[in-house]
Amino acid sequence: MKPESKLEKVLSSGHFAVTGELGPPKSADVGTLKHHAEAMRNHVESYNITDNQTAIVRTSSIGVAAALIQMGLEPNVQMTVRDRNRICLQSDLLGAVSFGVRNFLCLQGDHAKFGNEPQSKNVFDLDSMQLLQAVRKLRDEGVFIGGEKLEHPLPRIFIGAVANPFADPFEYRPLRLAKKIAAGAQFIQTQCIFDLERFEKWMEKVRELGLHKKVYILGGVTPIKSIGAARYMQNNVSGMIVPDSLIERLKGAQDKKKEGLNIAVETIQRLKEIEGVAGVHVMAIAWEEVVPEIVERAGLYPRPKVE
Amino acid sequence: MIVGERKPLAEIAEMLEPFRKICVLGCGTCVTVCLSGGEKEAAETAAALSLLRKDVEITTHTLLRQCEYEYIDDYAKNMLECDVILSLACGVGVQTMATRLPEKIILPGLNTKFMGYPLEQGVWTENCLGCGDCVLDLTMGICPVTRCSKSMLNGPCGGSQYGKCEISKDVDCAWHLIYERLLKSGVLDRMEVIQPPKDWSASHHGGPRTIVREDVRLETGK
Repeated sequence: MKPESKLEKVLSSGHFAVTGELGPPKSADVGTLKHHAEAMRNHVESYNITDNQTAIVRTSSIGVAAALIQMGLEPNVQMTVRDRNRICLQSDLLGAVSFGVRNFLCLQGDHAKFGNEPQSKNVFDLDSMQLLQAVRKLRDEGVFIGGEKLEHPLPRIFIGAVANPFADPFEYRPLRLAKKIAAGAQFIQTQCIFDLERFEKWMEKVRELGLHKKVYILGGVTPIKSIGAARYMQNNVSGMIVPDSLIERLKGAQDKKKEGLNIAVETIQRLKEIEGVAGVHVMAIAWEEVVPEIVERAGLYPRPKVE
Repeated sequence: MIVGERKPLAEIAEMLEPFRKICVLGCGTCVTVCLSGGEKEAAETAAALSLLRKDVEITTHTLLRQCEYEYIDDYAKNMLECDVILSLACGVGVQTMATRLPEKIILPGLNTKFMGYPLEQGVWTENCLGCGDCVLDLTMGICPVTRCSKSMLNGPCGGSQYGKCEISKDVDCAWHLIYERLLKSGVLDRMEVIQPPKDWSASHHGGPRTIVREDVRLETGK
C-alpha cells in the first residue's frame, strides 16, 4: 500500500519534515485556530491537534481535524488514553479515518489533576504502548483489541508516538523508544528540546540501537516568548528540562522575543546536523504566527512537493 | 489492611441530627490498627458528640469485625435500644451490618480510603487496588496498577523525572522503582515485553465480585 499521508510521503522520500501544532480552543469557535493553520499552510506538512492538552477541556482533536481537512490541510490527530476507554478510542479512530485523517499520534496524556476538571475520573483503560499496538493491529491485521475482525480493512494510516529524552530514568528512554517501535510507532515526536546536550546523548544511544533506521524522529522545538514562559516550563511542566543557561541568555537579550526565535532557529539548525533526526515538530502554542519565520530562517523553506 | 479516616465531626453530627439514642460502634480489626475506627476512636467520637449535643444518649461498643455475621450476631442484642448505629468500620463493615440488621439505621462514620500499610507511625499509604489480576510477579513486587498514577503496564510515561511522578514531588514514580529493581536483578529485558491491555473485567467495573469456594462451603449454604 502506498502512503496516503503527506507527512509519511515527505519522510519516506528522505526529506527533512516539519510539523506544526494547533491547540483547540476552550469554545466551539475554531476561527482563530483556522487562521493560524492557514498562516503556516506552506510551512508545515501537517498539524498536530492536541487532545485536551494538560487535561483542559477543549474542542476535540477530531472535531478540529475535520475543519482542517475541509481546508485541504493535513491533521495529526493526537489521542491520549486518559479520557477514553478502548471502545471509544477504537471507535473515534475509525470515525476520524472515515473522513480522511491519516496520521495518529498515540500518547498517555497528562494526569487530570493538572486540568480544569481535576475531579474527573482518569480512564487509563489502555496505556500509550497498548494504544499504539492496538492501532497497528487495526490497520495491519484488521482486528479490534477484543479479537473481532473489522468489516473492511483500514486504509494506510501513519502511526506516531512521543518520546521524552528529558524524562527519567534517562538510560531507559532509548529502550522505551525501541518498545514503542515494536508496538507500531512509525514516527516519533519528542518533547520540546532546550537541552541539546542531553538530546544528543539520547540520540547517540538511539543510533547505537539502530532505532533511527526504524522510525522517523522529529525533534520538538518550541520558541520561548519570555523569561516568564521559560521559568514556567522549567518549574511547572513535567518532563521538561530548561537549562539555566538558556534563561541567562534570554536575560541578556534586549528583545526577548527575538532572542527566543533565534534560539528556536539555532536549535533546528543543530537538529538538522544530528544523524537520525528526520525532521522537526514546531510547537508554538499561543505564538503560532512565528512558525513561518522560524521555518524560513532555519532554511527549511520552501517545503518539498510530494505526489 | 483497609485504611479509613474518620469523617469530620460536623458531617457526622449533621447525619445524626434526627436521632436521640446513638450507638457509636467501633471495629476491632483494620480500622483499629490504622487508628481511625477502633474502641479508642469510638470513645473519642462519642465524647466529642456529647459535647455538641445535650439531648442524646450515646453508647459505644466495639466488634472484633463488623464484616462478619458471627460477630454482629453476638452483639446485636446490645444494640437493640438505639435509634441509629454510627459505624466506625470501613464500607465493608457498614454494609455487612446493614445487611445483617435490616431494621437498624447504620450510618458511616469513616471514609474508607484504600488498602495499604503504615509507612511509618501516623502515615499510611495505598499499595493494592484489588484489580483482580495481580501483576506483581512481573514488576518485582511493586504494583504499577496502584502506584503509577496512570496505571501504566508498559513502563514510565514522559512525566517521570528525578524518580518522582508528575502528579507530585512527594510521589515516587512506580516505574522508576520497578526499573531500578529489574536492573539490579539483571532482568531489565522484562520491560521489553509489551504487556497486553489489562482485563479490567476482573476489577471493580462489573458489579460486585464474588468468589465461591465449593471446597469450603457448608452443605446448608448450597
